[in-house]
Amino acid sequence: MSELEQFKKTYFEECSDLLSSAETKLISLGEGAAGPDDLNAIFRAVHSIKGGAGAFGFEALVRFAHGFETALDALRNGDLELDRRSHDLVLRGFDMLSDLVRNSRDGTPPDQARAAAIATELDRWRGAAAAPSADPSTALIAAGTAPAGTLRRIVIRFRPTPDLLRKANEPLLLVRELKSLGRLEVIVDRSHLPSLDALDVEAAYLAWTFILETTADDSAVRDVFEFVTDDAQIEFESEIIADAPADPAERRAAGAGSLVPSAANASPTTTPSAAPVERRQGDRRSGERASSIRVDIDRIDRLVNMVGEIVITQAMLSQQVGQLHLDNYTGLAQGLEQMAQHTRELQESVMSIRAQPVKSVFARMPRLVRELATSLGKDVRLEMVGEATEVDKTVIEQLSDPLVHMVRNAIDHGIEMPDARIAKGKPPEGTIILSAEHRSGRIVIEVADDGAGINRERVRQKCIERGLISADQVLDNDEIDNLIFAPGLSTADQVSNISGRGVGMDVVKRNIQELGGRVHIRSTPGQGSCFTLSLPLTLAVLDGMVLRVGADRYVLPLTNIIESLRPQPAAVTSLVNRGDVLMIRGEYVELIYVHGLFSIPDAVTDATRGLVVLVEAEGGEKVGLVVDEILGQQQVVIKSLETNYRQIDGISAATILGDGRVALILDVSGIRQSAQGRRAAIEPNLRLAS
Amino acid sequence: MTAQLDSTPQLPAAPAGGAIGVPDVVHGASEGDATSQYITFTIGTEEYGVDVMAVREIKAWTESTALPNSPEYVRGVVNLRGHIIPIFDLRCRFGQGLTEPTPTHVIIITTINDRVVGILADTVSDILSIRREDIRPVPMMDRDVDREFLSGLVSVQDRMVALLTLERLFDTKAIPAT
Repeated sequence: MSELEQFKKTYFEECSDLLSSAETKLISLGEGAAGPDDLNAIFRAVHSIKGGAGAFGFEALVRFAHGFETALDALRNGDLELDRRSHDLVLRGFDMLSDLVRNSRDGTPPDQARAAAIATELDRWRGAAAAPSADPSTALIAAGTAPAGTLRRIVIRFRPTPDLLRKANEPLLLVRELKSLGRLEVIVDRSHLPSLDALDVEAAYLAWTFILETTADDSAVRDVFEFVTDDAQIEFESEIIADAPADPAERRAAGAGSLVPSAANASPTTTPSAAPVERRQGDRRSGERASSIRVDIDRIDRLVNMVGEIVITQAMLSQQVGQLHLDNYTGLAQGLEQMAQHTRELQESVMSIRAQPVKSVFARMPRLVRELATSLGKDVRLEMVGEATEVDKTVIEQLSDPLVHMVRNAIDHGIEMPDARIAKGKPPEGTIILSAEHRSGRIVIEVADDGAGINRERVRQKCIERGLISADQVLDNDEIDNLIFAPGLSTADQVSNISGRGVGMDVVKRNIQELGGRVHIRSTPGQGSCFTLSLPLTLAVLDGMVLRVGADRYVLPLTNIIESLRPQPAAVTSLVNRGDVLMIRGEYVELIYVHGLFSIPDAVTDATRGLVVLVEAEGGEKVGLVVDEILGQQQVVIKSLETNYRQIDGISAATILGDGRVALILDVSGIRQSAQGRRAAIEPNLRLAS
Repeated sequence: MTAQLDSTPQLPAAPAGGAIGVPDVVHGASEGDATSQYITFTIGTEEYGVDVMAVREIKAWTESTALPNSPEYVRGVVNLRGHIIPIFDLRCRFGQGLTEPTPTHVIIITTINDRVVGILADTVSDILSIRREDIRPVPMMDRDVDREFLSGLVSVQDRMVALLTLERLFDTKAIPAT
């Protein structure tokens, strides 16, 4: 990649970060949950985007950003008020900015008309406010700053990080600006300056103490350092030396007061970072955000793979050692045990590197909801819960599409038009709650709406029409609701652009199942519906039960297993056209003979002599797998079969056990489908509604 | 025993009587070269050769894990330093029955179209340097199925070596889903 391309890539990455954090702050601003620093951060974000855009010549972006920034500047200075309409305008401004950034990145033409329209609205909003006052009085910044006009002495200790110069900051300009504010005394600290031969010409070594006597107020002085706060350690002390309240205590209070809003603008901490802002947001991960680095994803993937190999090797070693008689080598045994523990910890640490909060996926939902609701004329509020819930990166990437589909579905089919809602006695604004949490070793995501619920009659009708079920088939409410995942089904009377194409839900379900996940819907007519999506926490390892069928070993994911038992002969019966079933606690569970499905020789064929493992397929149906015996339980590293061979029905992947041999990982849904397929082949008249 | 070839194999000393071809070109076949190198191996009484550039290593036979509902000639998969490699029984692929592998049998690990696969063979014979012009076309025979997989025949001393086209042999897309 040429250098210019590299810069552009970095710029767009930063834009993406800036935009998403600004959006979060804006949203919390709308809920009254943010502080004054947030407005500054929002302004800075747009300003930075504009600056970079100017450098690369993205004209439309620069133009729009300029107008937007001007409005935001007025907002943060207190010249403009944020009410619901203007908040909405600012949000739309951000959407426009995002789009323009995307256009610049992808080289697609920007929507000039929309940009101009929003720009005009922004101008009108600014013009409607009173003319901005001459000095930037800080209505939103905490009180305690002494009024402008009083002479004060401000001592600023400024210690740049070595990278300050590399980030295109020039301290001399800062000095000049300070000088323009009053009488300035500068004390330079050369103590960190190395000898000439050790000097890195691009690094910053000097630090300064500025003593400024000025009548400007504290925020004006702080603004001078606005853009270097991340690259320097800055300490402010402000003291009034004229027109001061006579009481020294008050003076001290006035001086101390000016330090209060210093949190974000001048971090008196040792790490120049955005940590304080994050903490105020109540972000659970604030401690971690204090310092972070960007790492190429490939490197992390390589690391994860390598650690996976170590886990396997360590298991092999353990097994080998277990077969030796180590009475004389207790040291060896202990050492290996320790290694096993360390390996486990190492693996958990490495996996947690790749773990990301679902926030990144949730982040685009607010905008989706806004746009969709507006275009449909509906009023929808989105609530998000558990955004900090973490999941492996491999799963995150796959979450986005299903989530978008489910949210679209909720707005399109679930939430009613405002009038209809009022007629039903509901508030005109519909609510969608998007939540994520860890539940029994998986991540569970729910999309709940308070809309109309599923129209069961309509779904049933459509399914009959499409031949997916027969007219006299008896299904309970839950089964009917989950018919919406059937292929080719659409109860929209016209195929709308949004989700009426009937391709949505079944594709969603299939994609989720391919990840080893499950999706399910619960609905109460008139009150609403809830999609529940569950996925494994990671796609790289899984906890499994090792089984034996004949001479072969298979691994069954623990999350599928309900229980295992050796049935009594009386409990196993043969049903015509359905094969064998097991009667357990009053219900009949279909038995699937793994040896029959996989043509495994020399296996136990009698379920009462072997073992039945009761498992749950997607949608909650129970099936009993007949195997020879259970060998044990362990965590396994998932290896792909498709890389060098191809996918096999009923098998999801492969793994390597402690003795170095390969074992196949069973796919319960696939097994069930295979078994059904075989029966259907024999009995073509029997149609099953899955 | 595992003999690992690196990417620029050295030629072993030619057998007495000489392998066919002019003295070595260390790198394999390329447009201008007159010779290519082949690793030859036996299946029963027949000898086959594959382009040495496709071969990654040669391993002794180890037990493979069976793959359900797969063609007969897919013996299963093995673990090669953490990678899952399918093993194809060449004898079976040629319709001559299943191989009963013993520890003296070999697995030839090859790269075919970005996939790494293993070929089960009886023994490995030689690395031969073969001149392009000495490769004869495959004659019409009853076993038409073989012709697809052979790129030519070559005479070495008094043996006949059939040169294989690996890509056609184990085109995984063509493997029927059972």
